[in-house]
Amino acid sequence: MDWVWTHLDLISSETLAHIGLSVPPIVIGFLVSIPLGYWASRSAVARSVLLTIGNVLYTIPALALVVLVPVVLGLSLLNPGNVVVALTLYAVAIMVRSAADAFASVSADVRQSATALGYSAAQRFFRVELPLAGPVLLAGIRVVSVSTISLVTIGALVGIPSLGSFFTDGFQRAFLLEAAVGFVLVLVLAAVFDVLLTVLGRVLLPWNRGLRPTAAARRVIAQQLPPIGAR
Amino acid sequence: MSIEFRHVSKTFPDGTTAVEDFSLTIPSRETTVLVGSSGCGKTTLLRMINRMVDPSSGSILIDGKDIAEIPPVGLRRSIGYVMQNSGLLPHRTVADNVATVPMLTGVPKRKAREDALALLDRVGLDRALAGRYPSQLSGGQQQRVGVARGLAVDPNILLMDEPFGAVDPIVRDELQQELLRLQGTLGKTVVFVTHDIDEAFLLGNQVVILQRGGRIAQVGTPKEILANPANEFVADFIGAKRGKRRLRIDETGRGEDVLLVDAAGYAAGVLSADDARLVLTGSGPKSRSVSNKTDQAGDA
Repeated sequence: MDWVWTHLDLISSETLAHIGLSVPPIVIGFLVSIPLGYWASRSAVARSVLLTIGNVLYTIPALALVVLVPVVLGLSLLNPGNVVVALTLYAVAIMVRSAADAFASVSADVRQSATALGYSAAQRFFRVELPLAGPVLLAGIRVVSVSTISLVTIGALVGIPSLGSFFTDGFQRAFLLEAAVGFVLVLVLAAVFDVLLTVLGRVLLPWNRGLRPTAAARRVIAQQLPPIGAR
Repeated sequence: MSIEFRHVSKTFPDGTTAVEDFSLTIPSRETTVLVGSSGCGKTTLLRMINRMVDPSSGSILIDGKDIAEIPPVGLRRSIGYVMQNSGLLPHRTVADNVATVPMLTGVPKRKAREDALALLDRVGLDRALAGRYPSQLSGGQQQRVGVARGLAVDPNILLMDEPFGAVDPIVRDELQQELLRLQGTLGKTVVFVTHDIDEAFLLGNQVVILQRGGRIAQVGTPKEILANPANEFVADFIGAKRGKRRLRIDETGRGEDVLLVDAAGYAAGVLSADDARLVLTGSGPKSRSVSNKTDQAGDA
């Protein structure tokens, strides 16, 4: 354990780097998926096209994507932006389906009722449909968060520092403690993010408090736990 | 606030014609009930009044003004709307649901909430429910909140789309009486859609019986329709044909009150000795309750 105490600086800097690489894909992925998911929930054609693109994106191996992105965008191979772009694509791939399900879960009765009351289209979206899609959106973003935090480690293979660097370094030097530290910290980070998102959900969706997740939300959680081991 | 339909037709994009050449004048400050089986276009007609549906041809006038020229969002805010399953916003509290439209039109939040509490009193709900979410209320309570919300901007016109269709008969009865009481004091122009002819006869000053495609089978007061069904369809629809409405005095009855039975021989009700002169098809509340009981007995 001495290694841990002598390397606290490194551990904290790699943890910060890991967070820095994780947050942008989660946030951008969420924001991009909202309009796409809404579109997919309104049109069967849009839904099938967008979800197919999402599925195809999701099947590209992460390592291949991290190498492809700089080639396509003309960035340096060591630019952390590569990881951010690649993981944003994955986030969108997962989140569009959640968002489409989320908006589809808003009951037609409530939408019509809001229209009948005199909500304009924009008011209806922001004040009725978006909040009511909240529980399923939350379920989706929790999956994205866990998935992103674990995938950030891939960057270590192409030399972009994160907690994943402890894996690569630990394995190369056959120093299992270092790899284990990386492993545990990734798990802790994923758990912390999940708790933060859950708390945020409770604050933003007070009407949903104490209620069990809706059937739609449970389906999203069940379907979309990403096959991390498969990659 | 009279509403006039002039040769209105509606064909939906998928080719179904919901309404064809419909003309009707809905008088001000009275209740008009559109009644018919599902698919007769009654909900489409109702939704044309607040431009949820725009007619394919023809025009609709409110106090002589063609509503096609009124922007839909503003028009809807000025018209109360109550729907089946209440249509309450599940993420807003009861008070906020009632205050929804006033807040949309810029009434300060605080004032809108205070008004909402007064409206809860008006529809017979405990103010303690104001902070609850709709899912925490019973079906009947939700419908009352729906009615309170419909009245929140004190609209001249109130549209009601099968508002009591999804609650049990006892609660429905309460809600109907409550609506009659409210309408007695408020005098709105109410357009009410239902498939229940008893509800139509109970609530309507004017009843419009619709056939497929929004064709009017008969328009009149409940009294006129019961006394003179315009055709076989109407007679069948109001139950006259099956003998549900045609009652006779049961000879075996003893004592002061007179027992009434329908054509099938079911006991339908009792005519109090005091009211023995009452005409059965009249519009007094007694005869209505007789016809209600008739229907239940016939269904039994």
